[in-house]
Amino acid sequence: MNGSVNTLALLPEGILTLAGVLVMLAEPILKPGTSRKPLGWLAIIATVLAGVASGYQLHLYNLHGTMRAFSDSIQIDPFSVFFHLLIAAVVFVTLLGSLDYFEGKATHAGEYFALVLFGAVGMMLMTCSVELLMVFVGLEISSISTYIMAGFRKGKATGTEASIKYFLLGSFATAFFLYGIALAFGATGSTSIAAIAGALGASATPRLAFLALAMIIIGLGFKVSAAPFQVWTPDVYQGAPAPVVGLMSTAPKAAAFAVLLRITFFGFASMEARWSVLMWAIAALSMTIGNLGALKQKNVKRMLAYSSIAHAGYLIAAFTAFPENGIAAACFYTAAYSAMNVGAFAVITQLSGYEEHTRTIEDFTGAALRRPWLGALMTFFLLSMIGIPFTGGFFAKFYVFSAAISGGHTGLAVVGLLNSGVACFYYLRLLVAMYARHPHELGNDRAVFTKVSVPASCGLAAAALGTLVLGILPGRFVKLANRGSLAVMTIAKPAAADTPVETGVNTAPK
Amino acid sequence: MSTEVPIAAYLILAAILFSIGVGAFLIKRNVISIFMSIELMLNAVNLTFVAFAHRWHAVPGQIFVFFVMVVAAAEAAVGLAIIIAIFRTRKTLNVDQINLMHN
Repeated sequence: MNGSVNTLALLPEGILTLAGVLVMLAEPILKPGTSRKPLGWLAIIATVLAGVASGYQLHLYNLHGTMRAFSDSIQIDPFSVFFHLLIAAVVFVTLLGSLDYFEGKATHAGEYFALVLFGAVGMMLMTCSVELLMVFVGLEISSISTYIMAGFRKGKATGTEASIKYFLLGSFATAFFLYGIALAFGATGSTSIAAIAGALGASATPRLAFLALAMIIIGLGFKVSAAPFQVWTPDVYQGAPAPVVGLMSTAPKAAAFAVLLRITFFGFASMEARWSVLMWAIAALSMTIGNLGALKQKNVKRMLAYSSIAHAGYLIAAFTAFPENGIAAACFYTAAYSAMNVGAFAVITQLSGYEEHTRTIEDFTGAALRRPWLGALMTFFLLSMIGIPFTGGFFAKFYVFSAAISGGHTGLAVVGLLNSGVACFYYLRLLVAMYARHPHELGNDRAVFTKVSVPASCGLAAAALGTLVLGILPGRFVKLANRGSLAVMTIAKPAAADTPVETGVNTAPK
Repeated sequence: MSTEVPIAAYLILAAILFSIGVGAFLIKRNVISIFMSIELMLNAVNLTFVAFAHRWHAVPGQIFVFFVMVVAAAEAAVGLAIIIAIFRTRKTLNVDQINLMHN
């Protein structure tokens, strides 16, 4: 028993919570009308510290092995560290890009930073939980924060509409997720993922367990906007503020995928033959619905919403592969997807501004000619979404599809490649528009010409760098993803169920 | 204890409540009614948890219920705030009229 180990397991979450509470306390003290940027900087510093803390946890893992805390409900292994770092990076880019977004526009602009931090706490908690109760708490912390953030442009009708739709469908999904947990508890007598795996592996799997898993997949499917649970995505992405969309289309999804990976590949591993069929169908459906839906969109954020549905489909294809390839491929895909998507929305934030006068593809006509740097970055992110070599998106697709093929699902890989071809059309349509000469070049005033601030440029550069590094030097990330996937598959059996191990450094995975 | 109600009865009741919740969520047009149907679904989950906790003689199931209640309360606070915000901008709570964005 070592008390210090216990707190170290939640160090990144602790830092973010502390900073979030500080921001909340400082917000009402600051005079109305004064700049809220210092709070934003506090949030950014906390995010960096949280990232460093996760790195330190990886160091501890290398020394002592898997770290457990809070009655074995929290587990720190390379898998959780991978997602912690990813979430910290996404939040970092989002915060830099939206430092002055709400400045002077929202009544309590500082609260936005607190919500981002609290959301990040929830997402990080999800990725390191191996107890479904903790997963649920983390999921709700992250969801409730994002519901509020979606409607942060209070006066805007589309903003509140996005918020209510996200809230209603999100809570609906949560209820399914919970029902799934309840049934899993009924089938196995435990809500710990390891204990569920043990109980299911020991006996013939009851039908109840499959129903439980189906419910859990429905619940998380909503959160990652996989078809047929994707209906909310276009509306919410269209109505929510661009920087918030950048965040909520990446980090919460990464966290939900982390949970899904742990639950399927470890908790319900003994039923793989049955759920991999389900995943096959969800993957094929998401890709197709996402890409076909995106083709006819005029609103750029809406188009990217459909694109994110398609990306969820590509990612879920990794679930049909063998665990040793599939988990690593899925981890890499979330990283690449997050980098390019958060980057694309950061560019849109800069091009459209708070009022979002630049919405449709037509509005973006000539945007790249007027703002060459932003145009170049957007081009890069869009090319990555298509999957052009030297971008993160290329390797991500490559790993996922090769994992699916090695798992014997060549058909799914073919569907994926055909879909990638279809996807070229709408990404290129936006690209061509951005580089086209505007028909009324002089009279076009819809775009706001604000200078990109230094922090926002840093955020954009970070996202671009992430996408580039994942595209040319994927080795390090693949290595961490592989270690993470090993950690998921070989979670050590917990100590006897009745003796809760408060803390402990476990070096002997069974 | 021959008079004890079998576990299955609780589970079936919970399943029926959950289904009513899902049905109401899809059919109801008032935002508050929709919100109430979600609460119904959560309570069905709670009933399931308690019933299974009794069957397994496991406390975690009951503890889970407390967490669900707390989170549902937090969700209600945020949800009602969002509903007020939407009523201010639209003067209606009918979901068919709260639909500016569509394909």
